[in-house]
Amino acid sequence: MSTITLTVNGEPHRLEVPPMKRLLDVLREDLQLTGTKEGCGEGECGSCSVLLNGDLVNSCLVPVLQTEGATITTIEGVADLAGPGERLHPIQQCFLEHGGAQCGICTPGMILATHHLLEKYPQPDLSQIQEGLAGNLCRCTGYTRIFAAVQAAARMEGSK
Amino acid sequence: MPEFSPSEPLQTVGRSPLRKEGLAKVVGQAKYVDDLSLPGMWYGATVRSSVARGRIRSIEFGPDIPWHEFTIVTAADIPGENVIVHLAKDHPCLAATHVNHPDEPILLLAHPDRAILPAAVAAVRVQYEELPAVFTIDESEAPDAPAIWQDPAAPAKNTFKQYLMQCGDEASLDEIFASADFIVEGEYRTGAQEQLYIENNGIIAEFDREAGVKVQGAMQCPYYVVHALQLVFNLPAEKCRVIQTETGGAFGGKEDFPSVIASHAALLAMKAGRPVKICYDRAEDLAGTTKRHPSRSRHRTAVSRDGRLLGGTIEVALDGGAYLTLTSTVLSRATIHAPGPYHWPALRVVGKAMATNLPPHGAFRGFGAPQSIFGTERHMNKIARTIGLTPEELRRRNLLRVGDRTATGQLITDTVDMQQLLTRALQETNYHAKREEFARTNPGSTIKRGIGFATFFHGSGFTGSGERRLDSLVEIEITPEGQPCILVSSTEFGQGTNTILCQVAAEALQLPYAFVQIAQPDTARVPNSGPTVASRTAMIVGKLVERAAYSLRDTLLHSGLLPGDYTEQDFRTAALAYVAQHGPLKSSVRYQSPGDIFWDDQNYRGEAYPAYAWAVYVAEVAVDTTTYSATCTHFYALQEVGRVLHPVLAKGQIEGGVAQGIGYALYEKCVWQRGHMANNQMTNYIMPTSADLPPIEVAFEEVPSIHGPFGAKGIGELPMDGPAPAILNAIEEATGIECDEIPLLPEDLFARMAMPQENAR
Repeated sequence: MSTITLTVNGEPHRLEVPPMKRLLDVLREDLQLTGTKEGCGEGECGSCSVLLNGDLVNSCLVPVLQTEGATITTIEGVADLAGPGERLHPIQQCFLEHGGAQCGICTPGMILATHHLLEKYPQPDLSQIQEGLAGNLCRCTGYTRIFAAVQAAARMEGSK
Repeated sequence: MPEFSPSEPLQTVGRSPLRKEGLAKVVGQAKYVDDLSLPGMWYGATVRSSVARGRIRSIEFGPDIPWHEFTIVTAADIPGENVIVHLAKDHPCLAATHVNHPDEPILLLAHPDRAILPAAVAAVRVQYEELPAVFTIDESEAPDAPAIWQDPAAPAKNTFKQYLMQCGDEASLDEIFASADFIVEGEYRTGAQEQLYIENNGIIAEFDREAGVKVQGAMQCPYYVVHALQLVFNLPAEKCRVIQTETGGAFGGKEDFPSVIASHAALLAMKAGRPVKICYDRAEDLAGTTKRHPSRSRHRTAVSRDGRLLGGTIEVALDGGAYLTLTSTVLSRATIHAPGPYHWPALRVVGKAMATNLPPHGAFRGFGAPQSIFGTERHMNKIARTIGLTPEELRRRNLLRVGDRTATGQLITDTVDMQQLLTRALQETNYHAKREEFARTNPGSTIKRGIGFATFFHGSGFTGSGERRLDSLVEIEITPEGQPCILVSSTEFGQGTNTILCQVAAEALQLPYAFVQIAQPDTARVPNSGPTVASRTAMIVGKLVERAAYSLRDTLLHSGLLPGDYTEQDFRTAALAYVAQHGPLKSSVRYQSPGDIFWDDQNYRGEAYPAYAWAVYVAEVAVDTTTYSATCTHFYALQEVGRVLHPVLAKGQIEGGVAQGIGYALYEKCVWQRGHMANNQMTNYIMPTSADLPPIEVAFEEVPSIHGPFGAKGIGELPMDGPAPAILNAIEEATGIECDEIPLLPEDLFARMAMPQENAR
């Protein structure tokens, strides 16, 4: 067991955990943040995407020992990124309105990947969106509604 | 009963309100099975066969595992029948003496620590006496093949099922072939395809001596699971309670399989005396659960000089895997869709499903139709080329028209005009100009471009008399808050069931969409509205919801409590007053077969489906002759699906289906090693990413159908049918090479392009 201190969605935590436990499992089991999903367990599908110090990572590939002192954002903390106490982040609102979520299992990861993409390219063109989300698999939508959601979110953010 | 009139303006249907459970999904609060935990819950795992076929000689428990801490279940622990029932009882819940495919469940383990289970599974050593096995349709039907599946009712060795569908008489078919200007023959093959829902299969089970079995998890068809549990546990239906949790994609992959994993989890729960969760990881889900049936279609067609189909024979063969599961119904849909949307003066279709020692193949969106339509739409192009017509002209001369009869003898009464659909699709994709442009530019380029299309239809609902047998029941009840709540076993797994059924009820009740609720499917609360499959939810269940809503409204109107012109608040007040006076208010309606639907199961004659969705899909491709990769660069999908209930969801269904179809054609290959899926990882079973897909343009024509609510027909499976043949037709246009097998990966294209020139045009 190791002691790990980290901040998740703005809350500091001090955890006694096996050092090689996957960040994904620490989030889901130790912190009950089940919004982060496991799809493949090998870094292919992106369902377990979270922000680690602002970087987009597959939490199934991150041993928790690497998160010492880190700041992590999961889907449960995304609305707060829009401002404290916000019910929805514009990205979440746009996924909802444009049909970007169907079965919903890839949605948390997709929303975090979108957040990361829009930090990098506030007004992305279609190829930047396609490239930026290529690490997040969706089997339901064919991605078209997701692209529409991302573009709408970029417009919403841009007009603020 | 108030009937819908097309001139009436609609308030909710045809608009795109927010998905009912959408908010929970975008904030990460939606609870899928693996997000749930029960007090004292253990975790289950499955020991599976490592051979394709054999007799189990011994089972040993290896050293270094504290076996006393585990609950261990074998076939001997099953209180009822050792069977997972779908259409027959050939499929054991746990292999007892023999195994018939790799990764077949033999033994179950449960332990409080999930992390210890993989080592324990690996420490169980099963010894086999191996038996000869077969892995393909061709091997299974060979005269000297070992008999791997035997049933007194089987039509032939290793044959699960055989259908004969005929129009015109046999003698006339012989004469037609003898005198035809052209006879065109072709063989077309499709591979297995994984559904690849992003949420793996998973179930949590509880067992109580008095209350019986309770399971919750990812699934499409709660009452299928009830039926399976009844047999395994020898319990009445009311003691087998099944709850669907939020389900992360299904596509057919959670139609039949949840009966297996639910039975396993429940057996462990019974023996362990505590709740048990089984959630597969990706590798186990890919290796151990169902896929789309591989197929082989053989066509022989008599054609006149002027391009009319005179007669033909089609043989559609499916690889069913080791047990029957749903194979005969998949074969039925494959057989009925094989003629395509064409007029055949005489036709014989033989469908047959063969047993192999692969894990059982099961339901996957399209359910046999994508397989046979692939063969038919490739064959139409072959006929066109052989007789010197364009693919367009050949189809124009043979497309079904209103007043024609399909190969089952069904009169086409839909006011669909496939000629006009084809005209619109080719115009909107600039087909003719592009075809000319590519013919001009291809010779000087290493990138060969092409444009191709497919014309097809897909039947909505269960085949033939299936809906009558399902006898679906739908209820709408008044909640304690005075709101209508829809009670159905039809499940939401992304396709929009919750949303469209609430729209239908809201429209019929003339209430706001947000005021109408729908219950999470729990067999202790919801009636059996049938399985969530077969493009039946919008049309069949939707129609029942519409009728139930009208009936509920009539009850309140006739009671005098509800004024003729009412608001949401008036409705609430009236509903609560009714409940106070008369007790609980629930409106129930049962399926009524439309009077004009007749089906002969023996001879495959009659109305195969109440309604069909019609479509023309157009694909553009670029084939790189240096890397041998074929890419779909633009996709256009035009369909007539009756009334579109929710445009955003409907487009999402089509786009998602097209993406799966593109994967089916160009990316997704199951690599089998003696029946075991060798590439059982997302790393090497490749589905399209956001960077792989072309722009997908979706267009609808809406001709309201009398069979669905407010004129809707089914759309869920349709988009799976067209992409593969459209893409392969485009590749043929681009390269002059006929590729008649999917998936077509670069290595396959290399093999085809490197073949001697006589095969190329």
